[in-house]
Amino acid sequence: MGALFALEGVGLEIGGHRILHDVTFTVPDGGITVLLGPSGSGKTTILRLLNRLDVPTSGSISFRGDPIDQLDPLALRRRVGMVFQQPVVFPGTARDNLLTARPGASDDELAERLRAARLDRSVLDQLADDLSGGEAQRLCLARTLATDPEVLLMDEPTSSLDPEARRHLEATARSLVERGMRMVWVTHDLDQADRLGDHRVVIVAGRPATEREMVRYLADGSVDEGAVDEGSAADEEDEGPPADEADDGPPAAEDGPVDDSPSRRADA
Amino acid sequence: MPELPTPLLAQDGAAHAAIGWGGLATSLLLVGVAVGLSRWQGLRLDREIVWASLRALVQLLAVGYVLVVLVDPDTPVAFAWAWVGAMVLFAAVTVRRRAPEVPGITSLAVVALAVSSAISLGVVFGLRIYPVAGRAIVPIAGMMIGNSIGGLVVAARRLIAELSERRPEVEARLALGQPWPEASKPFVRSSLRTALTSQIESTKAVGLVFLPGAMTGLILAGADPVDAVLVQAALMYLILGCVATNVVVVGLGLTRRLFTPDHRLVRLARART
Repeated sequence: MGALFALEGVGLEIGGHRILHDVTFTVPDGGITVLLGPSGSGKTTILRLLNRLDVPTSGSISFRGDPIDQLDPLALRRRVGMVFQQPVVFPGTARDNLLTARPGASDDELAERLRAARLDRSVLDQLADDLSGGEAQRLCLARTLATDPEVLLMDEPTSSLDPEARRHLEATARSLVERGMRMVWVTHDLDQADRLGDHRVVIVAGRPATEREMVRYLADGSVDEGAVDEGSAADEEDEGPPADEADDGPPAAEDGPVDDSPSRRADA
Repeated sequence: MPELPTPLLAQDGAAHAAIGWGGLATSLLLVGVAVGLSRWQGLRLDREIVWASLRALVQLLAVGYVLVVLVDPDTPVAFAWAWVGAMVLFAAVTVRRRAPEVPGITSLAVVALAVSSAISLGVVFGLRIYPVAGRAIVPIAGMMIGNSIGGLVVAARRLIAELSERRPEVEARLALGQPWPEASKPFVRSSLRTALTSQIESTKAVGLVFLPGAMTGLILAGADPVDAVLVQAALMYLILGCVATNVVVVGLGLTRRLFTPDHRLVRLARART
């Protein structure tokens, strides 16, 4: 399976804070790749880089083999759709929302996107602000689908939803993937990662986790102290080769840690 | 367009308007009232009030003496234009002081004020509403530039606040592949509306709620009230056009600066209230 995205030595600093540090891994071209890790570890930031809402200060990212900084950003964003953590609906009806992404589309075309997001056509005339949280998030998904993306970036899309709405959205995601959609799904929920992930990458402190960190995180969701704080935790020291390939097994297993001792972690 | 009575500015109204040093000294009694109230209420603003009053007097006198030269028919009109240039710069610095969180606001304000002044004064003098003379250039430009400062500040601060507070929606639009001018349009529009509304409301309320300065001055100077109204109406329209031009220029210019060429919204400082 080829690489959908390949990140090579990606770093990001914002306002003097190091958010990401030497991030290297690939996203396989198929299924759902889960980016897993504690809050503040840099998962969302990585997703933003893939959509080019942010650009790395070092390293490179490619999409299907093309460096994304050489692709037209607007065309890239239509190929790489993004659904945010909080549903952001635009003023007006659901139709207005969908037309923002696909101007001039017929109701039939819009209804097809709604159906893919498991929403009824009757929603078209409803005010977007009147939808429930789960419906609003599915409308956001339908709106993103309206650009006919090749891949969806899902930024903890169920974190603000109740359990039923969450299950509903997960089922929607799975049905989309069965029809050929690729997804990168960010979550800090280990159970959700197990349910959804065809591949997974664990991110800790702004970089892919070492094997030790991954084993510990996957066991009980905990991380070493000092490896949580985004920006401050990604230290100056080289942690050894980072996780390379997202896979069913531990993502860092192939390269393994060079030195993963607690004392080094404490320096972080 | 009515030919406005330019000569009334130089009529014998000066005699009616002059209050002399004695009149000025008498008006200082009201400063005394303000000081007295401050002391009575323990506001500790006595020195502030006295200092502000003296400073205003010195500044106005200095400007007055400069104006004596500028409005002299024998003074080359280039000096009046240079004075307008200085006013634009001072106004831009004032805008910068009142909206420090707005990146590059000084240069944007200079451009906006220069463009709006050029358009407004071009209309005034191009259509011969007033003759091209120092006594017309300086006060008219002053009124337009002075009235534009508020609109500029509101437009710039509102735009920063809108794009900062509504960042998720802006980025959701960008993430759909919308170019930045389109993604920012609802927020730019809202900011410009807010900035212009105040001037539009002032224009609507004029005469009913307050008598504006130029008209009041002319009436005090002995001009016919209807003539004064014509002058004031023309000035109000000019000010409205000038404020609108300023707000739009600064709004569009600032929006362009808040997005990168690859359609990303830059990180914004929160506006201080």
